Amino acid sequence: MNILNGNPRNKWIGLALIAIALIALPFVLAQAGTAWVRITNYAILFVLLSLGLNIVVGFAGLLDLGYIAFYAVGAYVYALLASPHFGLHLPWWMILPIGAFVACVFGILLGTPTLKLRGDYLAIVTLGFGEIIRILMNNLSEPFNLTNGPKGISGIDSIKLGGLDFGYTTRIGEIAITGSIKYYFFLLVVLLVVIVINFRLQNSRIGRAWEAIREDEMAARAMGINTTRMKLLAFAMGASFGGIAGGIFSAIQGFISPESFVLNESIMVLAMVVLGGMGNIWGVVLGAVLLSFVPELLRYTVEPAQQALFGRQIIEAEVLRMLLFGLAMVLMMLYRPAGLLPSAVRKRELTRDES
Amino acid sequence: MDTFLQQLVNGLTLGCVYAVVALGYTMVYGIIQLINFAHGEVVMIGAMVAFSVITALAGSGVPPLMIVLLGVLAAIPVCMAVGYTAERVAYRPLRNAPRLAPLITAIGVSIVLQHVALLVWGRNYISFPQIIQTRSYHFTASETSATITNVQIAIILLSVAMMAGLIALVYKTRIGIAMRATSQNPQVAGLMGISIDRVISFTFLIGAGLGAVAGVMVGSYYGIAHYQMGFLLGLKAFSAAVLGGIGNLGGAVVGGILIGLIEAFGAGYMGDVTNVCTLDKFLPGFSAACEANANASLFGSSYKDVYAFLVLILVLVFRPSGLLGERVGDRA
Repeated sequence: MNILNGNPRNKWIGLALIAIALIALPFVLAQAGTAWVRITNYAILFVLLSLGLNIVVGFAGLLDLGYIAFYAVGAYVYALLASPHFGLHLPWWMILPIGAFVACVFGILLGTPTLKLRGDYLAIVTLGFGEIIRILMNNLSEPFNLTNGPKGISGIDSIKLGGLDFGYTTRIGEIAITGSIKYYFFLLVVLLVVIVINFRLQNSRIGRAWEAIREDEMAARAMGINTTRMKLLAFAMGASFGGIAGGIFSAIQGFISPESFVLNESIMVLAMVVLGGMGNIWGVVLGAVLLSFVPELLRYTVEPAQQALFGRQIIEAEVLRMLLFGLAMVLMMLYRPAGLLPSAVRKRELTRDES
Repeated sequence: MDTFLQQLVNGLTLGCVYAVVALGYTMVYGIIQLINFAHGEVVMIGAMVAFSVITALAGSGVPPLMIVLLGVLAAIPVCMAVGYTAERVAYRPLRNAPRLAPLITAIGVSIVLQHVALLVWGRNYISFPQIIQTRSYHFTASETSATITNVQIAIILLSVAMMAGLIALVYKTRIGIAMRATSQNPQVAGLMGISIDRVISFTFLIGAGLGAVAGVMVGSYYGIAHYQMGFLLGLKAFSAAVLGGIGNLGGAVVGGILIGLIEAFGAGYMGDVTNVCTLDKFLPGFSAACEANANASLFGSSYKDVYAFLVLILVLVFRPSGLLGERVGDRA
């Protein structure tokens, strides 16, 4: 982000250009097809998720392999409180904080026993937790129908702002503003807030404590940092961001089922954080945007290409995508451990100690 | 009583398989303190390779026992190659890197292996051809009494033999001494003339070999295999290793068998215990559910995959060093 570091006048011009580009983007994309606006919205959701996971993995150095579970919790909280399933229709500005809170409670429940121990245990426990949440979502339809099982919950309320319903298209003169475009701007605002919070966190006392724990837990403890509480804080904060993203996902989709919250999604978010650069906010944004669009591009290029070359599908784009994510994680760790846009501290840490 | 005996047999069989897989986790963890996430996938590949060999040879006139043996003999080298390559390519270069790095490559390797298996063997469940006639033996003269099948007997005997072999290897041979020395202190072991790299490679080879056999056992026990089967199996086996005390061979065996029993009894009894009509007698609020469906229960057998994980959490809360564990410290 060199553009932001120059003299003040250039900085403002740069910012204005970025703002204009971001505002114009959905209208340009809408020309190519509404699907692209939707894809962009999901990309922003993944940026939100990655930023949440970045707090846990990037800032505090804890490996969370079941992050999507918190996303699921947020999504289900939203779905249960704003759908015909229980007949509840609370407004979104009430549910999103509730979802964040519930996800945070889950995070604390999970983190308390594990964070006292070595980091590896957290990885395996979160991996299991993601699976448990999925099993619960699938089975909590009996004897009390809480989640409606594998069938999922449909008819979830969209977000409404004053008289503006995000689920429908509004016309202003000639310009049609579709629901997707409205959500785009909503997500953009949320993203902006989250990015600002992340920067403030990173440079705060808490952020520096996380950094210290990540670099050397024992030294951090010796410096008077309550490491268990700080790690728990990171974990709970990451979880609440996941919960908020899940709630928005629920509102945009209008329908959720356990299928949206499988292990591969957790891996995908982790790959985004790793690819972009753990601990670097802009890096994580870049990683998430790249990895959100690559699968779509694959779908439009690889499958027709195979059809043309061999007359049949040899590798589905979906499989190729997961293969690439797996390889990306291995290769990044081996050759560029600090990510595409490394954070300065992280780079120093992750390169091997030559002494 | 019959249910009890039946679940005991099923739990023991399953537990033996978990124990063998858990040994793979615990050996690697004991030596390089890495959770080898890819181990579950190695087990899966073992099952898949054996499946291919057995399917290819089924009906060729080769005696059935020979076919299964050939399947195992094909699976072992393939799994060893996979385990060795993973260590060489993804873990060794990061041995001195911060802990997060090898954990991330491990999960990356596991994802890659899963999807390579998907490419080779497809997305669907594949079923093992039934070439060995399953025979059930009753424990008592009664026709309704608990049974044990020949496959279960074979699995239990084979597992015990492998565990005994491994323990003999680790405690009686030169390479075993080298392994234990490396796990205690790699630097000093290196100074004593032990080739650390070779010991670590050897550990991965042995772990993968055991995993291959475990894969074949799981595959022939359930009769099916799937490209994602390694994930849950690995998670349970890891829980078993932690329950027994990670890094401890005997612990992995005890933990594996316990997890198998807990799962079998959980699946067998939790449904009855938490039946809504039973609960209705003790707790208010269940009567409506009981009337709606008398067979419904709060935690039916669909929750069987949850128990291992609950055990893992409880162990971490109350006894992080496991049942037979040594210290679990922050080793630098």
